[in-house]
Amino acid sequence: MNPFSSGTRLRDMIRAIRSCKTAAEERAVVRKECAAIRAAISENDQDYRHRNLAKLMFIHMLGYPTHFGQMECLKLIASSGFPEKRIGYLGLMLLLDERQEVLMLVTNSLKQDLNHSNQYIIGLALCALGNICSAEMARDLAPEVERLLQFRDPNIRKKAALCSIRIIKKVPDLAENFINPAASLLREKHHGVLITGVQLCTDLCKVSSEALEYFREKCTEGLIKTLKDMANSPYAPEYDIAGITDPFLHIRLLKLLRILGQGDADASDCMNDILAQVATKIESNKNAGNAILYECVGTIMSIEDNGGLRVLAINILGRFLSNRDNNIRYVALNMLMKAITVDAQAVQRHRATILECVKDSDASIRKKALDLVYLLVNESNVKPLTKELIESLEASDQEFKGVLTAKICSLVEKFSPEKIWYIDQMLKVLSEAGNFVKDEVWHALIVVISNASDLHGYSVRALYRAFQTSTEQETLVRVAVWCIGEYGDMLVNNVGMLDIEEPITVTESDAVDALEVSIKRLNSDLTTKAMALIALLKLSSRFPSCSERIKDIILQNKRSFVLELQQRSIEFNCILQKHQNIRSALVERMPVLDEATFSGRRAGSLPTSVSTSTGTARNLPNGIAKPAAAPVADLLDLSSDDAPAPNSSGGDFLQDLLGVDLSPASAPPGTSQPPKAGTDVLLDLLSIGTSPPAQSSSSASNILSSIQDDKTSLVNLNGLASLTSLSPNATSASPAPMMDLLDGFGPSPQKKEENGPAYPSLVAYESSTLRMTFNISKQPGNPQTTLIQAIFTNLSPNVYNDFLFQAAVPKFLQLHLDPASSNTLPASGNGSIIQSMKVTNSQHGKKSLVMRIRIAYKINSKDVLEEGQVSNFPRDL
Amino acid sequence: MIHFVLLISRQGKVRLTKWYSAYSQKERTKVIRELSGLILTRGPKLCNFVEWRGLRVVYKRYASLYFCMCIDEDDNELEILEIIHHYVEVLDRYFGSVCELDLIYNFHKAYFILDELLIAGELQEPSKRTVARLVAAQDSLVETAKEQTSSITNIIAQAANV
Repeated sequence: MNPFSSGTRLRDMIRAIRSCKTAAEERAVVRKECAAIRAAISENDQDYRHRNLAKLMFIHMLGYPTHFGQMECLKLIASSGFPEKRIGYLGLMLLLDERQEVLMLVTNSLKQDLNHSNQYIIGLALCALGNICSAEMARDLAPEVERLLQFRDPNIRKKAALCSIRIIKKVPDLAENFINPAASLLREKHHGVLITGVQLCTDLCKVSSEALEYFREKCTEGLIKTLKDMANSPYAPEYDIAGITDPFLHIRLLKLLRILGQGDADASDCMNDILAQVATKIESNKNAGNAILYECVGTIMSIEDNGGLRVLAINILGRFLSNRDNNIRYVALNMLMKAITVDAQAVQRHRATILECVKDSDASIRKKALDLVYLLVNESNVKPLTKELIESLEASDQEFKGVLTAKICSLVEKFSPEKIWYIDQMLKVLSEAGNFVKDEVWHALIVVISNASDLHGYSVRALYRAFQTSTEQETLVRVAVWCIGEYGDMLVNNVGMLDIEEPITVTESDAVDALEVSIKRLNSDLTTKAMALIALLKLSSRFPSCSERIKDIILQNKRSFVLELQQRSIEFNCILQKHQNIRSALVERMPVLDEATFSGRRAGSLPTSVSTSTGTARNLPNGIAKPAAAPVADLLDLSSDDAPAPNSSGGDFLQDLLGVDLSPASAPPGTSQPPKAGTDVLLDLLSIGTSPPAQSSSSASNILSSIQDDKTSLVNLNGLASLTSLSPNATSASPAPMMDLLDGFGPSPQKKEENGPAYPSLVAYESSTLRMTFNISKQPGNPQTTLIQAIFTNLSPNVYNDFLFQAAVPKFLQLHLDPASSNTLPASGNGSIIQSMKVTNSQHGKKSLVMRIRIAYKINSKDVLEEGQVSNFPRDL
Repeated sequence: MIHFVLLISRQGKVRLTKWYSAYSQKERTKVIRELSGLILTRGPKLCNFVEWRGLRVVYKRYASLYFCMCIDEDDNELEILEIIHHYVEVLDRYFGSVCELDLIYNFHKAYFILDELLIAGELQEPSKRTVARLVAAQDSLVETAKEQTSSITNIIAQAANV
């Protein structure tokens, strides 16, 4: 024996490691052992190979690197004795994972062992294969496993069945080879084989519709009979758990029946009786019984409708919900989430109990209950439910506050019946958990306030009050600062007092105080401070009596270490001192922020569409165009005639001045030409220092999205807001050059049909799995812009999820993609996804359209990507 | 399906890990750290389920050990609790009132038993007796092989002495 090889036994090593008092000591012991093992490996020591590997496994569990032992596993597996193989396979499963190349080397040994005469060695090989095989190994060894499904010993058959599950998951193409052997496993009496056979059939149904059809036709009755026999079987000590014979088999049978019954009325009909029997007979005082009931309810909810059974199932869930055991309540909530799509009314009955669960002390239950409440909310119950949720916001811990806040904001936006209620609820959320509110949410609030001209006074007063009590909520401060800047005069003069309000006395200097506080707050961040500076500038013209003080406050930031604040302070000071003549025009109230554009931006800035952002940058709100001097005046709401119309350089200045867009990420990309109107910049003002809005914003609000591109309602809005004199109606009547500037506006659809030249629809892209058709139309009076409606049809039998269409065009074209109608494409042409886009051809008449497309989607959560080029557009587009 | 099985002691020491889905070594360490933080801090009366990365972790504490199994969203959590208990009962029968030390010194045995209970993240055998019988049969195979080698060694040693 060589002097380095450690003579310690496994037990001694573990004891030595356990007796270490510090981590350093432990590392030293492990280092010594590893050195000895490495030495033994390089000596090719045979006698202690399996002991060394066992040690390595222990060391591996402690988290030390053990890659040098991987080849030892292979050597042990290749040796002839059972003890060596046993440790070798264990090491293989523990030290390696399926992505390691070394694994390929073991394929041959596995093949030999699968054909071994000793059934325990076959068992070891099957176990290893089932736990870690890769797709290549699955392909190579599938025939052996298939053969072993008929092996004489049941313990090998059951292992082979589970091994087959791994194989068909790795290589779904192999599924059809397993359908017949799997079906014959269902007739077995041995519980182990039966349980694994049922599981194999379940997984086969998931990967192959052929298997599903086969089992539905051939095995449904047999399975029902098996379940019936089991439910009625006398006491069987070997499989008994809490008085029930083999709950595991019960559950697996119910699961398979669920898959067979789903979408098939006949099969569902057959299983009604036995499901009713299980649901009524199983005792629910032990976990095992509840597990079966839970599975049974799931099956009843999934198979085709049978009113009586559903009532039974909902009653079981009701019983679960009032159970004292948290586990049972958790699964009840979980199942109610699934039940809501089937029978929302029945779930609504449990609303009070579910709301209680939102306040539970258990985080898992709270989260689940909140998800469920979120699904329960509709127009009719949004007010009481929101009230409850906001109440629980006060009581919840920090971690949960974030989740809860996001959900409340989303609900309030989605279902709010009126603006004042929306503003009230948002205010409550902001003052309670403002620090958890996402940027796009408070941006949306500002847009809504800006649009509700009759609520300006109310909002600013309410915000002022809230600001006095909770200054530590950053987003509340921001919204308050913005509103005080805009509507400070309404705050002081109590303009637009509503009946429900209590009168409040705020002097001009009080308002300025509030802004000063928000600049000087220690925890104010850059965005808040920058917003407060702008607000001060605005107030300087509204409150002439305070202008000296405002100048002082602004000047205090002259030496700010933050460049942005310093620059602002100096520039604003300059305006106050030297440019009195334009000041009042500069700091006029913001024009009404366009909700459609804002919600469009939110939806459009999803990372899903490559070209959207360039499009939105030109999506001019309210049709305001810069070249004309008058519209700029309108933009600034010069309702007073005496204000001098600012020239265009003044407009640019304004842009620079208000360009608070601190993060380059939110700057409109692709603006090689200067923005055409100040509005764009004003909109950017709202996305101060934000990262692009998160994906979640696709759940955009109803209030915000209700207008969309619908021109009629837009006109209404303008009428309501009445701040912009230049309504789209007026512009659509203007001559063509004007329209070019307004290409962001699609005319109303009826017009399109009347005036636009007609084009036949064309199949732009077609593969064996997918077809994309384009319906092409033109905007009247705007030959450069083409409206395209893309219709996607699924030609395969699989549903496509996370469907995403992307398009790219050459530089002479500009592309704007609208959000798609859905991201799920039903199978076999049973529906379609529609997505509109707009292409503007700057070389109209010289070059024709061309487009490169990319379509990504998921089939059974596998990514698929299709790419192509569309060059068969009609020539004159 | 069960994605992985973890046995963690109350001090956060790992006693057994079994991975049925592909996790690289780096991910494994991260998963263990994340879950220890999530599970060991939970109070005693709370439910036995934790949502984690879109999956669900079912755990149950037996004395100083936490048995954790990670499953898909649509699996039956209550059944997993039964499977955990099933495993514990088999261990208990095998070791004779099992304790953490048994699992430390005989960790490989704990793995062998688990391999008779689960393959590919699915339950293999509902009968505790069958599992015990299969493990015992394989243990005796090992014993016989050991005896044979030692008798051969003895013969060689005797021959050398002569």
